[in-house]
Amino acid sequence: MNTEEVMREMAVILDEVAGVAADQVAMDKSFTDDLEVDSLSMVEVVMAAEDKFGVKIPDEEVKNLRTVGDAVNFIVKSA
Amino acid sequence: MITIKSAPARVGARIMGIGAYRPTRVVTNDEIAPLIDSSDEWIQQRTGINSRRFASEHETLEEMAVLAATEAIADAKIKPAQIGVVLVATLTNPVQFPAVAPTIATRLGIPDPGAFDVGAACAGFVYALSTAADMVKAGSVEYALVIGAERMTDVLDMTDRGSAFIFGDGAGAFVVGPADFNGFGPIIFGSDGSQAEAISMTSTWFDFRSGKVPEPPTLRMEGQQVFRWAVSEMVGVAQRAITAAGLEPKDLAAFIPHQANNRITDAIVKALDFPDSVAIARDIRDSGNTTAATVPLALHALRSEGRAPAGAPALLLGFGAGLTYAAQVVALP
Repeated sequence: MNTEEVMREMAVILDEVAGVAADQVAMDKSFTDDLEVDSLSMVEVVMAAEDKFGVKIPDEEVKNLRTVGDAVNFIVKSA
Repeated sequence: MITIKSAPARVGARIMGIGAYRPTRVVTNDEIAPLIDSSDEWIQQRTGINSRRFASEHETLEEMAVLAATEAIADAKIKPAQIGVVLVATLTNPVQFPAVAPTIATRLGIPDPGAFDVGAACAGFVYALSTAADMVKAGSVEYALVIGAERMTDVLDMTDRGSAFIFGDGAGAFVVGPADFNGFGPIIFGSDGSQAEAISMTSTWFDFRSGKVPEPPTLRMEGQQVFRWAVSEMVGVAQRAITAAGLEPKDLAAFIPHQANNRITDAIVKALDFPDSVAIARDIRDSGNTTAATVPLALHALRSEGRAPAGAPALLLGFGAGLTYAAQVVALP
């Protein structure tokens, strides 16, 4: 999957899991500060992304995923 | 070869009575929030907790356990002297030894019972309950008393943003006795010691004693790690316990999970697709997470709301530090 496709799927996940409107989602948005995804929702987003993209995102990596772009790049790199 | 006689086994065992003790003092989120730079809304949103109880100096672990057990024994309509074994699930016994179970038994007027503590943290009560059920079924004892009791405030750091708002104090108890039917499904339990650090203490008591650390140890929890483990693993554990009992989720009258966090309960309930006919215990709202006491406290609350019909099947699920977990379908008392 390329960056655009992963980004699109991430928006779907963020909507389903954390109730974030799709038009809010952009590469430079911070999960906590901009999208108000709390730490537990973040775990659910990560788990949903693992299922969807067939990647493994370890706990210690989750801490580094500050923005949507961080997550999308990590997934593209790992997939 | 010499034949060794065994005790005559019984047809079945069942929960005969339940009891609870909740400390008098209600502690709201507003009282906790300033110490951790938080708010009532923040705590409710992350956990589902509105308030919890904190024990006073006089509401000791022993005292709370005795009061909960007294109610359970009366509810079971038996006499203390009939109890053959006392199991206490706790991680907040203020001394490393002796176990608190013998003292509690003596205070209850139970003469000479087997008595020991069970250390499996938030899964401890379900571990102890299944052990008690097996003892009754095997004919080792006629009646067993199972207690979950905690004074989490003794091990909390009230300024720790990762845990201070979650925990509370309290005690619950079940009496298990013989039955002419099977009141317990197979226990599904396990552990993962590779994640022992996920919920543990900030140091050992020995490090504190020798002056290596300046403060006594307190509880420390990797919230995200535990949340992820619980949400990803406990669905399967719950499903296995239901299947092992020969049932489906829709057959249950109630689901009584460890009250760790409403969002963990939500995730399990959603994944198992329980119909509305299954009562879901949400005692965390008024009790917080009381570790080994959550399951009996939550059943007690459910029954006082009239949502735990006697004889109907319920799923109990405990999970926590260790990491440990245990799930079992039981017939409601």
